[in-house]
Amino acid sequence: MAGSKEIRTKIKSVENTRKITKAMEMVAASKMRKAQDRMRASRPYAEKIRNVAAHLSFAQSEYKHAFLVKRDAVKNVGLIVMSSDKGLCGGLNTNVLRLSVNQMKTWESEGKKIAVSAIGNKGFSFMTRVGADVKSHITGLGDVPHLENLIGAIKVMLDAYTAGEIDQLYICYTKFINTMKQEPIMQQLLPLGGEQLGSAKGHWDYIYEPEAKPVIDELMTRYVESLIYNAVAENMASEQSSRMVAMKSASDNAKNVIGELKLVYNKARQAAITKEISEIVGGAAAVS
Amino acid sequence: MANTIHIDVVSAEASIFSGEAEFVVAPASAGEVGIYPNHAPLITTIKPGALRVKIPGEEEEQVIFISGGILEVQPSVITVLADTAIRGHDLDEAKAIAAKEAAEEAMKNRTSDMDYAKAQAELAEAVAQIQAIQRLRKTTH
Repeated sequence: MAGSKEIRTKIKSVENTRKITKAMEMVAASKMRKAQDRMRASRPYAEKIRNVAAHLSFAQSEYKHAFLVKRDAVKNVGLIVMSSDKGLCGGLNTNVLRLSVNQMKTWESEGKKIAVSAIGNKGFSFMTRVGADVKSHITGLGDVPHLENLIGAIKVMLDAYTAGEIDQLYICYTKFINTMKQEPIMQQLLPLGGEQLGSAKGHWDYIYEPEAKPVIDELMTRYVESLIYNAVAENMASEQSSRMVAMKSASDNAKNVIGELKLVYNKARQAAITKEISEIVGGAAAVS
Repeated sequence: MANTIHIDVVSAEASIFSGEAEFVVAPASAGEVGIYPNHAPLITTIKPGALRVKIPGEEEEQVIFISGGILEVQPSVITVLADTAIRGHDLDEAKAIAAKEAAEEAMKNRTSDMDYAKAQAELAEAVAQIQAIQRLRKTTH
């Protein structure tokens, strides 16, 4: 009965793998639901702050914030790349990084310098490995994104923008469309375009307390932070659903492999039995 | 028509409160402000503290603690954009410096400039792997 023991061990090992991928699939499914809830929970704030920022940008205030002013010559570009901390989530990180690298190559060919901020372990280690200029990074965000952890790295980029070290700021992340579909997208954060803010109705200005400048400064920073936070929340939902799908297909594959191995095993067993019977029959024939 | 104003208290991570109010007191950075319906448009930063909301038909005022943020007032609606963390110029600055240092530390090992060929090759390999797996999956079904 040659090889049947090996096949048995193999089946056992694939079964064990399947147990793990199945468990990971279920964990990802439950995390995905929570991540989606968080993604939705961050929307009201984003909408409100967007409305306020829209009003502000159209109100006749004597102070125009740097984030709203378009610069004529773009020499330096900032890019925030969002990836996951852990792997085993299909093509999620690869797609985001590929989009980023292609865009960076285009910028480079236009003679623009690129500063990168990496959120997530995968993107960070990739960017350092290939030698990008990483200005700031955040790793180990966990399952629940907290704005508090993002502030530092975001501020590095925003300060660079205000100081004129970068003239444009982009963000690249995976947009969550639905459980089965996530798309990597590249979005311009700064300067804030008119289309991002929409148009305000009427002409009126606020009473600023204490003054226009500090209030507008704070509001604009919050606004950009909320955009980035939203992207992080969306990226996490994408990560979990992408992992769920990847693990589901891994489990299905394991199931197929087990089926095929069982077939081979049974064939080997049957062959051994047939051989034994024919030997007995042959032996009996020789005796009589 | 009841003389009330709609108030929304939202933070980046969650929606905290939403409803009608007769009167609102907020801890603005220049001192506490009280807002009745039909207030002139106002925008101000707020300090960490208690936001008091008088809800019609209720004896007690609702108290919401917020760790700072921005208050926007329009005649019929108040929006409180609450912070989720204690913020301050120095605190933010310290965080930015820490982030910068961490990045510089990590960049020490960088030997050359951005190597696009290497990056693209690496990604192409990863994509090819994923596609191969998908193709394999289709043929086995």
